[in-house]
Amino acid sequence: MENDLGWWAVPLAVLGGAIRVSTPILFVSLGEMLTERSGRINLGLEGTLVFGAMAGYATAVITGDPWAGVLLAALAGAVFGLVHGLICSMARVNDIAIGIAMMLLGTGLAFYFGKPFIQPVAPDLPSIPFGWWSEVPQVQAALNVNVLFLAGIAAALVLHWGLRSTRPGLILRVVGDSTDAARAMGLRPAVIRTMATALGGAFAGVGGAYLSLFYPGSWNEGISSGQGLMAVALVIFARWQPVNCFWAALLFGGAGALGPALQSVGVTEGYYLFYAAPYVLTLGVLIATSSPNRALAGAPGELSITK
Amino acid sequence: MTVFRPASPRLSSPSLLSRRDLLRGTAALGGMAALSALPGAARAQAGLTVGFIYVGPRDDFGYNQSHAIGAAAVKAMEGVTVVEEENVPETQDVQKSMESMINLDGATLLFPTSFGYFDPHILTLAPNNPDVRFQHCGGLWSADKHPANVGSYFGYIGMGQYLNGIAAGHVSVSKKIGFVAAKPIPQVLLNINSFLLGARSVDPTITCQVIFTGEWSLAVKEAEATNALVDAGCDVITCHVDGPKVVVETAAGRGAFVCGYHADQSSLAPEKYLTGAEWNWAKVYTDMVTATLAGEAIPNFVRGGLADGFIKMSPLGPAVPEAGRAQFEAVKAEIEKGGFSVIKGPLKDNQGNVVAADGEAFLETDPVLEGMGYLVEGVIGSTS
Repeated sequence: MENDLGWWAVPLAVLGGAIRVSTPILFVSLGEMLTERSGRINLGLEGTLVFGAMAGYATAVITGDPWAGVLLAALAGAVFGLVHGLICSMARVNDIAIGIAMMLLGTGLAFYFGKPFIQPVAPDLPSIPFGWWSEVPQVQAALNVNVLFLAGIAAALVLHWGLRSTRPGLILRVVGDSTDAARAMGLRPAVIRTMATALGGAFAGVGGAYLSLFYPGSWNEGISSGQGLMAVALVIFARWQPVNCFWAALLFGGAGALGPALQSVGVTEGYYLFYAAPYVLTLGVLIATSSPNRALAGAPGELSITK
Repeated sequence: MTVFRPASPRLSSPSLLSRRDLLRGTAALGGMAALSALPGAARAQAGLTVGFIYVGPRDDFGYNQSHAIGAAAVKAMEGVTVVEEENVPETQDVQKSMESMINLDGATLLFPTSFGYFDPHILTLAPNNPDVRFQHCGGLWSADKHPANVGSYFGYIGMGQYLNGIAAGHVSVSKKIGFVAAKPIPQVLLNINSFLLGARSVDPTITCQVIFTGEWSLAVKEAEATNALVDAGCDVITCHVDGPKVVVETAAGRGAFVCGYHADQSSLAPEKYLTGAEWNWAKVYTDMVTATLAGEAIPNFVRGGLADGFIKMSPLGPAVPEAGRAQFEAVKAEIEKGGFSVIKGPLKDNQGNVVAADGEAFLETDPVLEGMGYLVEGVIGSTS
């Protein structure tokens, strides 16, 4: 048969899957990384992701412009982050509890407002055919890369540089590592944390827009199926480093594509096991890199889980 | 203070305080007397209140939408009030939904439409509510095991997948077709087998690749599965998941043809859509409600196929060639006449075991098919 790649289809599908599936995970984990580097945890990004998916899709349906959808998703995400940040700025408020409340609020609102948008078809975000050099349609499909994926890589690099070498980056880190030191410097930790949470929310909103406007490319209530939660967990896996967030998201996306790819070449037994691959992989790496003798390397000092 | 029943059907959202919760709270405040008088009062006022419960959203281009279309037809009937609730998980939640439809809305006929609602949820409530009729979609009701006020209904949609297969067989160039399936339960396996056997009635060399996603609604995994099938060379894709929208859009986006399922998805991919196996619950539901209004009993075990109007086919798409149209219509007419078997010998499963001996044939009505546990020869896939 023509174009039968045999076993080569598996690594190709894993590569293609990594590129397709990783983008929302990357954006959410970058957003969460920013928030956590400022010393707060926002568990509500799953809700922000779902709401961003809905808001982006609805805007694209109404205006006909997918980029307007991305913009509105980012704005909506920022508002969710801002609300989380402001509430957590009050005394004796637990950021984890607020995060869970925001997650439920985000998904609930998204389901409520998203009802009329399940049926309409929105325009998709454009993608760049990096596979033009190949004659093989599978390669062309795998290398059909969305602009937001590239934006995610760029964001990871910019954040990596920004957190190291710019004044705002250093301010963010000092607030995250020691509230007392930040106060002594004349900084206002609550304001900076709120801004970091809002920015983190905007990232998650963009991740949601990718889900509904590119892949899988439609709004429905099961669109996220917990990806936002996994992305939050991946931040620990990535040790709060932006570039590591990118690799973690890529690994997670690729591992998720393994199950369908293996079934498609005829490895059909035990697919439930293959579907657990991303989670097993995450667990494995966490166990391998953990140590009973020291705290988590790279963890911001003010995080409520490390205090 | 006696009427708590809302006049119109409503939506409820799972994460917010629903109207039902609010009502329940208000009723409790209203005092025990009002509360105990409620069911009787509500029941006496309405002619018949019918409750529909869906496992997902009502407009999913799929399973739940097909039922909601049926519910809308019931809503249009004289003397009937319809209450609906969507996104109800197959857990304790469905028992609460059913209880509040019975006690607060006065519903006496319930259609909990998802497979997993049956055991243990309907079976728990039915003995305590002998005046309420529980009609469950897809369950295997049997007189010696289950209460008499529980009924089961379903349609022979495997026949529709057989017709899908015929259309696919005439269009496929790679001689490889694909199936995105949720879980390996008998109904799904029968659909996969029927799809391939339909295609093989056109060309016996065709194979069908199946990918199980493991859940009824997982958008990303369904898209990945569709991509993997197209990568593997499948050029016609169909599915059995709750909302086929993602599969249809992804497959058409990759240039593959699609056959629909549950509802009509032709508007999502007008050029690539061949045909589809659709439910026609409007007829089933209005028949059952008409019988109830007339005081007649609904049979406990209701099944029907193309001929009975339980299922129907989407109109053939522009890509199906003339020969395909002719065979499609001829076989459809034969199925409607009755006596047509998809599963007939000699037939082996894909492990090499004989599942139908030479000369053996199972009619669509044969209950043996509702316990199917194999994939036929030519299907690349495994049930576990």
